[in-house]
Amino acid sequence: MLLRYRGREGMYAWAFHRIAGVGVWAFVVLHVIDIYLVGGNPEAYDELLQIYASPIGRVVETVLGAALLYHALNGLRIIVMDFWPPLTRWHRQLWYLCWVIFVGVGLPVAYVILKPIWEGAPT
Amino acid sequence: MSGRYSRVGRTRPSGGGLELAIWYLMRLTGLGLFVLALSHFLIVHVIYDPAEQTASWIAEVRWSSLFWRAFDWSLLMLVLFHGFMGMRTVIVDYASGRARLFIMSGLYLLGLALFVLGTLVVMTLPVVPKG
Repeated sequence: MLLRYRGREGMYAWAFHRIAGVGVWAFVVLHVIDIYLVGGNPEAYDELLQIYASPIGRVVETVLGAALLYHALNGLRIIVMDFWPPLTRWHRQLWYLCWVIFVGVGLPVAYVILKPIWEGAPT
Repeated sequence: MSGRYSRVGRTRPSGGGLELAIWYLMRLTGLGLFVLALSHFLIVHVIYDPAEQTASWIAEVRWSSLFWRAFDWSLLMLVLFHGFMGMRTVIVDYASGRARLFIMSGLYLLGLALFVLGTLVVMTLPVVPKG
């Protein structure tokens, strides 16, 4: 059971969790620095924000949101299995449940973030 | 692997002490971040749009109340602990010896710098009345 688990869903769940976590961490480093600019150098902050609001910026933010949402959902799955070990038996089903919620919540949010690319940014 | 079941997250450290405390705090901060980080993302990307979030918008709207400053500072504290302790686990997995010591020192210095920068701006940015 252990070997099968490691090579399949469990391993992907772990690998995605780690990649998403490191990605979100890297953005947090950037984000704390850019928010510091609000007080330290507002003009530089406004310039940076134009990149965030650009089409490329919106695609990156959508990927960031996806990483955050996956890490959050799979993190709950980890906590559930850590504190209710018998549920580990259903780790695969719990992972699929994460993906159902991920798609259900993520698609509408991605649509809202990306919409200004083809509709023109709101003024 | 010493844990009986958990093979997805880090196995709960046996023996107690600081490592066990960090293990529990990772889960506790994770729960807090599930609420705070996801709502933060929804606020700045769904309720508002990045196109309107200029520096003056933050001073006049976003950080116009103590509540939202406290909210964002709590989020900062949770994410600094969770993010930097998480990176620590990753570094322990891939680096050892002097390299690990070197990278870890840089990691903690960066964490401290972000704590100072973030706390400074959220606590000292003047409230500008909208007008």
